[in-house]
Amino acid sequence: MAAASFTAAKFLAPVAGRSGGDRPAPFLPAPSSARPLRRTRPAQRLLAVSSDVLAGNKAAPAAAAQPAVTREEALELYEDMVLGRNFEDMCAQMYYRGKMFGFVHLYNGQEAVSTGFIKLLNQPDCVVSTYRDHVHALSKGVPARSVMAELFGKATGCCRGQGGSMHMFSEPHNVLGGFAFIGEGIPVATGAAFAAKYRHEVLKQSSPDGLDVTLAFFGDGTANNGQFFECLNMAQLWKLPIVFVVENNLWAIGMSHIRATSDPEIWKKGPAFGMPGVHVDGMDVLKVREVAKEAIDRARRGEGPTLVECETYRFRGHSLADPDELRRPDEKSHYAARDPIMSLKKYIIEQSLASEAELKSIEKRIDDVVEEAVDFADASPLPPRSQLLENVFADPKGFGIGPDGKYRCEDPKFTQGTAQV
Amino acid sequence: MAMKVLREVGRKRSGAAWIGGSRGFADCAAAAMGVAERREGGGGTKAVNLFTAVNQALHIALDTDPRSYVFGEDVGFGGVFRCTTGLADRFGKNRVFNTPLCEQGIAGFAIGLAAMGNRAIAEIQFADYIFPAFDQLVNEAAKFRYRSGNEFNCGGLTIRSPYGAVGHGGHYHSQSPEAFFCHVPGLKVVIPRSPREAKGLLLASIRDPNPVIFFEPKWLYRLSVEEVPEGDYMLPLSQAEVIRKGSDITLIGWGAQLAVLEQACEDAAKDGISCELIDLRTLIPWDKETVEASVSKTGKLLISHEAPITGGFGAEIAASIAERCFLRLEAPVARVCGLDTPFPLVYEPFYMPTKNKILDAIKATVNY
Repeated sequence: MAAASFTAAKFLAPVAGRSGGDRPAPFLPAPSSARPLRRTRPAQRLLAVSSDVLAGNKAAPAAAAQPAVTREEALELYEDMVLGRNFEDMCAQMYYRGKMFGFVHLYNGQEAVSTGFIKLLNQPDCVVSTYRDHVHALSKGVPARSVMAELFGKATGCCRGQGGSMHMFSEPHNVLGGFAFIGEGIPVATGAAFAAKYRHEVLKQSSPDGLDVTLAFFGDGTANNGQFFECLNMAQLWKLPIVFVVENNLWAIGMSHIRATSDPEIWKKGPAFGMPGVHVDGMDVLKVREVAKEAIDRARRGEGPTLVECETYRFRGHSLADPDELRRPDEKSHYAARDPIMSLKKYIIEQSLASEAELKSIEKRIDDVVEEAVDFADASPLPPRSQLLENVFADPKGFGIGPDGKYRCEDPKFTQGTAQV
Repeated sequence: MAMKVLREVGRKRSGAAWIGGSRGFADCAAAAMGVAERREGGGGTKAVNLFTAVNQALHIALDTDPRSYVFGEDVGFGGVFRCTTGLADRFGKNRVFNTPLCEQGIAGFAIGLAAMGNRAIAEIQFADYIFPAFDQLVNEAAKFRYRSGNEFNCGGLTIRSPYGAVGHGGHYHSQSPEAFFCHVPGLKVVIPRSPREAKGLLLASIRDPNPVIFFEPKWLYRLSVEEVPEGDYMLPLSQAEVIRKGSDITLIGWGAQLAVLEQACEDAAKDGISCELIDLRTLIPWDKETVEASVSKTGKLLISHEAPITGGFGAEIAASIAERCFLRLEAPVARVCGLDTPFPLVYEPFYMPTKNKILDAIKATVNY
């Protein structure tokens, strides 16, 4: 299985996101739809989604004008992305100061995907994520202080300190985790989508907007995993209100997506299962938002699942323990130039939606939020030792009541001759 | 040339501290004899750590059998624990390659390769990720020879996987799933305790004509440093090793837990308790004779492992020894193991079977 030596010349520019123009937008490449970039070079074999990376070409020209967005929406998006970025930077600082430990995976660079999708959701909609889940939780509304406290392992964290970085859950915000294992969340999301559909169609219980939607986020490596394919099938078979969002950042730790996948264009796997598959520039929050709107609306109307592939990039290594030696500097700098926050800032200023001063004040406010989150987490208590044996079973005190009438987990001899907890 | 490569690798990697003070292996007649008699190919020894020893074993395995292959997630650049460093450069990408992220596929693919007469050395990046592969290993690998009436077999299969606590791994980077596989007739499970053991046992596992699951204690990858013979050598499977002789109680463990048990032995010796420490090395098929001989001598047994106590492999040892040595036992078999909870994140120090827990159990058992 020799690794293909890939050269820039073989790549094509990625298909840019759809504009807000024609409704209803056909997701499958319909014969008459405008897909200029792919049509111009039909003979060439389409390879990776990140076409212009090694070619050194300029970013693909926008297929259409930027979709319209109101001032309020733009500022909301900006604030959310800045929160995500600052929070992750603070995580790195805290990690190197020893305040948090374990495996921490940061989301820098991918904020457009989280913000673009999750800011369109309502409270009853569910988000299922991977181990790179801090920003998904933040975008869904989990307070920064809860997430930071969870990272520090404190009792005030969103999972009471039990989960840590890779397992952010929040019942009030319908964040269904946080999965350390790739692909494990996708079937869970599929089940949650089924529950939403049942609630709506049989129990007639959900909102007048339509079905509650579930978003499943996962990476390019996961798109080669069996669970992914099984769920694409089930979701389409039962027309579930779910959107499969692939955050294709080209690397699975040290494995290049292009070298690990027979057909690197993940969006194509959607139509193979009968659902629309679309590719979008994940470094541009407005394009992501447009595509997300359509996908989420489809799900809400009961038309079933969509597979959205977002071309994105992580600016840091896979985790804070990853020296990140394998990715080439030109690839990194190419994507650094497409920083989603910088792009949105530029757009806001150019479209006169807000002034620099207002954006600066947002950044300052976010700085304060993140600082406050750290102070809160620092000041919070560690969980009590007895929490170790709690919540193994439904009975919150773990193993029930013993013959002496006390909680078994409080018996020092509980698990072995001389257990000490 | 091969030696130079290995020495280079060793030199770059070694240098971590010895664990648990003096390991005292030189004192143990069995160990010294074992190394002397099993070493082939001359050459001296070199102090290397666990991942370097594993790396050396893989280099030798690929060198000595042209139809052996190493694959798994991220093995191409050396692996997340550096166990596969230099293999792709030396043997080429046709023999050392990355797989996509699909453990079930990796295991099944490895079984197929092995069934066609090759040595497939598959890496599962963390033992916690082995569960999608569980179906293939239990239902296919273990039963291949049996159900084909020996027409085919996947004896060339070796699954290598880092297991066990690492201090900060949390739920999904710390599990010890050995007990699940010990329950499957047809598979072998091997766990080394140190670099020298790892290299010899891994070479033996790769060359064993049965599918073997080789769990490497990830905590010891850098921490454990030992003199390892530079040549090609194998250590026998299904033979436990008595690494410390004693007369009052028999202690059994495997992998990283042996370091903890050793510390407990030292402390118990200060209280006048003489402990005999056995490294099981191969969990199935396990060396019942050695353990039985030891318990017949001491009359007491304590087993310690990181995996949760209920249904852990210690239970099998306890039941077997109770059956074989019932009249000789002077106290119930003690098990000091992980608690019956998912492997915790912040509570790891309380969850683990620590030296103090073991010491208390030793005293309780001896004074029963």
